[in-house]
Amino acid sequence: MAIEATETRPLGKAIKRKEDPRLVRGQGRYLDDIVLPGMLYMALARSPYAHARIKEIRLDQAYQVPGVKAILTGADLEKMNLSWMPTLAGDRQMVLATGKVLFQYQEVAAVVAESRAAAEDAVQLIEIDYEPLAPVVDPYAALKADAPLLREDRDQKDNHIFHWEVGDRKATDDALASSPVVVKEFIRMPRVHPAPVEPCGCIADYQKATGKLTWYVTSQAPHAHRTVLALVSGLPEHMIHVISPDIGGGFGNKVPVYPGYVCSVVMSLQLGRPVKWVETRTENIATTNFARDYHMTAEIGATQEGIVTALKVATIADHGAFDAAADPSKFPAGLFSIVTGSYDFPVAFAEVDGVYTNKAPGGVAYRCSFRVTEASYLIERVMNTLALKLNLDPAEIRRRNFIRPEQFPYQSPLGWTYDSGNYDATLNEALKLVDYEQLRKQQAERRAGGELVGIGISTFTEIVGAGPSNTFDILGIKMFDSCEIRIHPTGKAIARLGTRHQGQGHETTFAQVIADELGMTAADVLIEEGDTDTAPYGLGTYASRSTPTAGGAAALAARRIRQKAIQIAAHLLEVSPDDVEWNGEKFAAKGLESRAVGMSEVALAAYTNLPEGMEPGLEATYYYDPPNLTFPNGAYVAMVAIDRGTGEVKVERFVAVDDCGTVINPMVVDGQVHGGLTEGFGIAFMQEIAYDEDGNNLAPNFMEYLVPTAVEAPHWETGRTVTPSPHHPIGAKGVGESPNVGSPAAFVNAVVDALSPYGVTNVEIPLFPWKVWNVLKELGLTQ
Amino acid sequence: MFPSAFEYYAPKTLDEVYGLLAQYGDEAKILAGGQSLLPMMKLRLAAPSVLIDIGSLGHLSSATETAEGLSMGALMRHKTIETSHWPHYPLLRETAPWIADPLVRNRGTIGGSLAHADPAADWGAALLALGASVQIESRDRIRHMALEEFFVDLYTTALEPQEVLTRIVIPVPATAATFARYLKLERKVGDFAVVGVAITVSLAIDGTVAQAGIGMAAMSGVPFAAHQTESLLVGRQLTPALIKEVSESASQEGDPESDRRGSAEYKRSMARVFVERGLSQILQQWESTQSA
Amino acid sequence: MESRKEDARRMVSVTINGEMRQGLAEPRTLLAYFIRETLGLTGTHVGCDTTSCGACTVLFDGEPVKSCTVLAVQADQHQIDTVEGLETDNVLHPLQQAFWDNHGLQCGFCTPGMLMTSVALLQKNPHPTESEIRHGISGNLCRCTGYVNIVKAITDASHKMQKEPAEV
Repeated sequence: MAIEATETRPLGKAIKRKEDPRLVRGQGRYLDDIVLPGMLYMALARSPYAHARIKEIRLDQAYQVPGVKAILTGADLEKMNLSWMPTLAGDRQMVLATGKVLFQYQEVAAVVAESRAAAEDAVQLIEIDYEPLAPVVDPYAALKADAPLLREDRDQKDNHIFHWEVGDRKATDDALASSPVVVKEFIRMPRVHPAPVEPCGCIADYQKATGKLTWYVTSQAPHAHRTVLALVSGLPEHMIHVISPDIGGGFGNKVPVYPGYVCSVVMSLQLGRPVKWVETRTENIATTNFARDYHMTAEIGATQEGIVTALKVATIADHGAFDAAADPSKFPAGLFSIVTGSYDFPVAFAEVDGVYTNKAPGGVAYRCSFRVTEASYLIERVMNTLALKLNLDPAEIRRRNFIRPEQFPYQSPLGWTYDSGNYDATLNEALKLVDYEQLRKQQAERRAGGELVGIGISTFTEIVGAGPSNTFDILGIKMFDSCEIRIHPTGKAIARLGTRHQGQGHETTFAQVIADELGMTAADVLIEEGDTDTAPYGLGTYASRSTPTAGGAAALAARRIRQKAIQIAAHLLEVSPDDVEWNGEKFAAKGLESRAVGMSEVALAAYTNLPEGMEPGLEATYYYDPPNLTFPNGAYVAMVAIDRGTGEVKVERFVAVDDCGTVINPMVVDGQVHGGLTEGFGIAFMQEIAYDEDGNNLAPNFMEYLVPTAVEAPHWETGRTVTPSPHHPIGAKGVGESPNVGSPAAFVNAVVDALSPYGVTNVEIPLFPWKVWNVLKELGLTQ
Repeated sequence: MFPSAFEYYAPKTLDEVYGLLAQYGDEAKILAGGQSLLPMMKLRLAAPSVLIDIGSLGHLSSATETAEGLSMGALMRHKTIETSHWPHYPLLRETAPWIADPLVRNRGTIGGSLAHADPAADWGAALLALGASVQIESRDRIRHMALEEFFVDLYTTALEPQEVLTRIVIPVPATAATFARYLKLERKVGDFAVVGVAITVSLAIDGTVAQAGIGMAAMSGVPFAAHQTESLLVGRQLTPALIKEVSESASQEGDPESDRRGSAEYKRSMARVFVERGLSQILQQWESTQSA
Repeated sequence: MESRKEDARRMVSVTINGEMRQGLAEPRTLLAYFIRETLGLTGTHVGCDTTSCGACTVLFDGEPVKSCTVLAVQADQHQIDTVEGLETDNVLHPLQQAFWDNHGLQCGFCTPGMLMTSVALLQKNPHPTESEIRHGISGNLCRCTGYVNIVKAITDASHKMQKEPAEV
């Protein structure tokens, strides 16, 4: 059972969440809950075509709808030089279409009206004539020489966006050529969408009298959004106040800036009234950033004993109409180069080619640290193929190739320095929890009885916490994060951070970190995020970066407070600062344990009774630029049974052992793991944004884009090993995304294991029953 | 998302309903539980200019059981049927929990579901298996129609613009030993059936099949009863061999389409598997009642 | 169109969380928006357009329904209960308390709907099994928790409510 927030020494304890009392009462304040005086509502007209030239837009009828205040088109924005906006990936994206549309549901016009209903009514009455053009849906087709050119705005006259490569191509080719064993697999990670239950939205509130724009927005990165908005709109940055209120889940969906945001700002600037835009679920799934859509080929070379010698990866990345990925600037394929995973590859080479198609733009890192899910899925799947080829147990192939504890800090062939890990220990813990030997016995017995039962393992390594400023920036802004702490005279504190939680529990976990550093309780520390006028600058919450970056800043800001506090304590204890010791809860006089003062006495003194000449107050700010990323890892074991009649796969067991370094709050960590596993399950079995050959989105709502309910979601068993990060101030690594990154391969490896006696090495996700059944049919295994 | 504007009426009597239907004709739609119609209106796939909410017609929300059969008011909610106890009609309770999700079942009605005529809807398959008929009323007449004739095509019924579906009537089964199963493949809770198979079997004392009903969802443009297969069962002893024969036959009925939920071949195979599983479970259940 | 819309507005009276409230609504106004925008109770959320997510779940005459798929005019003269009515005399409902104690929520957006479904579930079935709970909440989507701790919270509340029956 969880522990109250009034507990002392809270670090590592299951403290009950401080955000919950308002949320269980329905008193959260989400974007759509905010109503401002005189507020107008915006709705968007969208293209029914995936690729078409806009011939004419007629607005007369729409303007007849009572309550309509203004209608904006791309032509209007063009006059303001705002019809295009930069994406976080360094590409540009149309705000409202001019010339032609490039994906179904693309934004074409914006209506602002006195009510939502009137805005939607008017959208229906906007008449747009299109001349349909040949759509390009398949990324491979997009690369053909005779493919229609999608992006006429670019100098480059083809659909290729970027080529990115890392590693030593020649050495890798040579190693593969001389390897006695080579396996090759084509692995596709289809297009999915984060689909948090709360869609995206914003209210732009421009006050002509003050010249200040207050922008309420569902933003995982409010400071970055402020800067982007300043750059796009030309408004002075200090006159933009971004407020990111309670957020109903993000998972990467709320990192980018969307056309609807820009339109509502433009409309508020023009009309001088607040303009609210909240997207529908259809708009959310069909237009805001998707994830994945990676088409990957991997080759692994190995010795006969299964020791890996080389890894070569080639990937086609489908970005849709615009490269709207939210990757750090130097990483067009994110941190995909973590693709060597937990294994000690002597050489490796990876290349990624980005491609435009007539599909919604993206792709975002969905519960993932920038393409790490794709990389982990690939390596964990292909290591499985290698095990099959060599007839080795999947646990054994991993053991033989793990980076060993003594190799850390480990230099990977693709350029990363892994901080710490004990992969064997993590795997062993998972195998113990699941009773692997027994499980294999059961499998053999059930197989003998004609059942299709499989066990899958995934031992992934993540790379999170972007990132060190020497490497990581977004639009030039370095990816540090920050924390400012103010201790009030009565010994209570407020701390503000540059991150913005969306359910991760920062109001509790960061309070725990700070309280533990300062001998306070989590109840005494109020955490605030999301208000750019008050919080210090930071890059936001995604890519599992909050704990590695802002969490580090919180600990270090608290330590700064302690440095000053020790001076004040010495004054109160009437000893020299050198004779004051921090015992974890109080400042004590050395050798005189009974003479000690706590933070409340020190805080009061900071405002009432200071040493001669000391600056009053007790505050500190820390901008933490991490020296390295962190590398959480985990070992997951799944057991599945396949229904030979229907092709349905049942997950019978799933054990997840995570190593995220120091644990701040075990209850919150478990909660993150449960949630991430469930999304990983969804990705493996249900979630897919498919398109037909005309570029029509076939899953634009929750009736077709299938996310797990409590009935489909398996029961999860969790465990933990702890290998602290050596460079992080409290040794924490971050955990929110690991389970989503690591689990899809475990499910698929289990299904492949069930079918491997029949020669199967790969199956394509999502594993809808019909798809599995087709495989069974081909193998003559159907009931 | 908001529906287009419409006028709303909540008549208290059927006569008032007829009056409104006469006045507005095709422009009007009848609103029962609203769990199919309102989502379509929100997506603006439907935009009736008049809604006639028949929710106040209390007499249509209860059931009457007689020696001849069970008469259910069209406004009975799925949840009410799910929690009602009608031992002669076990298929109703077997089917209800598979409809949509628990919240939708609290609001949606059996009549609304039938009038919507989705080929994948569960009630269509179940009620066809039960040999149900519908009672349709208008100002001038009351008519009864076999459910089979009621389903005309995809989302199309035999209801005329002036008519209201008022009751669903299920004949009493041939014997008291009636067993039933509803088997559904759905991709998640709340999904329409990829394939749904409703089975009801009444057995004579000697174990021969006195009466059989097999209804199918999502296996054609309308829900249908697999009559050929039903006739294979009647008069014969339920055995594993017969079940095999029957399930093969079932897979040949209907005309499923290949789509994102699976190929026609897959759906036929699911029909076979479900008929086999359903009947095997029924056989097992019957055997256990015999030994007890 | 304006005049017709204005003409079409009618007074809707509901007893919400025990209190009689009324407001004007167009026929097409969905109950969820009437509750949120006309009555100002924003604990009831809207998360989809297809009656799928259940974030808008309220009790309608005691039964949990998706208020995005009910017209406000249909609720006229009916009883509605929302998350705001769960707490009594500053004491959280046992389910609210259990969700807090068991980390049954993360972003909190689905929580009000999840709570309302759970309230009705435990009224009908005071001792649900895990399977009954999972089926019972299957009309409510949660993207954060993986449902594990929601199931745990409902189980915990069912035990505690048995010890000291609470008014709902």
